[in-house]
Amino acid sequence: MTAVPLLNSVQMASFVARGFLRFDGVVPEDINRQFMAEAGEIPQARDGVRLRKVYGEALAANDIPEVAAGTPLAEAYAPGSALARLLALPLVRGAVESLMGDRPVFDHHFLHVTFPPAYHAAGGGENVSQHTHQDSTIDPRTAFDLQIMYYPHAVTREMGGTRFVPGTHLRKVSEVALGRYQNIRGQQHMVCEAGTLLFLHHGIWHGGGVNLSDRTRYMFKIRMHASGPQTRRWDLSDLPPPGPQRAIYYRKSPPEPNTVATVLTTPEPWFEQDTGRLEYVNRIRLWRWLAEDPAFDVDYWMTRLESGTP
Amino acid sequence: MTDAPRPVLRQKVLVLYLANSALDAPTVAWAVYDGTGQTLHMAGDADEPPYPTGLAALKDGWRLFQASQLLPHARGEEFDLAYLKYEFFFEQLVEIAP
Repeated sequence: MTAVPLLNSVQMASFVARGFLRFDGVVPEDINRQFMAEAGEIPQARDGVRLRKVYGEALAANDIPEVAAGTPLAEAYAPGSALARLLALPLVRGAVESLMGDRPVFDHHFLHVTFPPAYHAAGGGENVSQHTHQDSTIDPRTAFDLQIMYYPHAVTREMGGTRFVPGTHLRKVSEVALGRYQNIRGQQHMVCEAGTLLFLHHGIWHGGGVNLSDRTRYMFKIRMHASGPQTRRWDLSDLPPPGPQRAIYYRKSPPEPNTVATVLTTPEPWFEQDTGRLEYVNRIRLWRWLAEDPAFDVDYWMTRLESGTP
Repeated sequence: MTDAPRPVLRQKVLVLYLANSALDAPTVAWAVYDGTGQTLHMAGDADEPPYPTGLAALKDGWRLFQASQLLPHARGEEFDLAYLKYEFFFEQLVEIAP
């Protein structure tokens, strides 16, 4: 019996297929208020003061600590702080344990602040969205890091919100090399209530939206990596046993929804017609690793490639 | 006799990413860069593409000037995915006030 609610197999399959899990309004309001107090007020826009200066001063003055990379996540935040309380929420503990295993390690965190137009006008800068990118650098691992995005206050569409593209996380790209792609079918914009969390595979393509409202927008991100085994850490009780393959292409009825097999073979709107199939292959390979099931397959994508002689 | 003033031209660029290498394949991603300065486009500014296919852009007067090549897949890297594969650059030359 576990003390925290672990993710189930369909949630894990969704993370493998789409690269994110979203939990709306799960952080209690008192933690959101405490976080906003610890994050501090952003000074008013002042003519001639560049935004970078305003940002730097705000980060220096707030109560969110600087934390060394490599710190055990459990030691990153002072007991009683908003972020320690957030990480102690059963839902968060369960999701982190399911995706990272025991004792994840802190990589970095950042307070993302997206400023209203007045700050850009005062500082002489242009108010535009952030180019779409993948964090860090080219990362050829099968293992993945987890990024938690925390939205401590409600976010409207006008405020921009984080833009992300479900299903892009398995593509091995070099950070903002893909900045040329302004819009991608199926992209999502975070419009949410206060206390919403996004759990992201490190590879997902994303960017900050432009803030056209009159309110400063906050998002806090924490990146972590595993310190030990990362496989078979979720609630395995609903993991389907190995069984016969289902019929493919010629089906009399739609595939059963909300199964691991169906989730792993559901396309995204941006999928190219040929490489969409390779996305399925890569999802199946990640699932094999996570489930420690090297024979796992869906719809014969791997079996077909692995049959016969070389 | 004096020469007529030469028109001042600026380039508008449309980039479409299609679902396969055919120009009449569906658009899956896109970008617009307006050299006239009359419009400003940026990441995340539209959730629906300006044209459903590359062919629709041609019919609306955009001129294709570059298309991505079809390259064989390196042995051992057949399943590796990175950037979008079917990229088409279009342009319009627009006359602006001198």
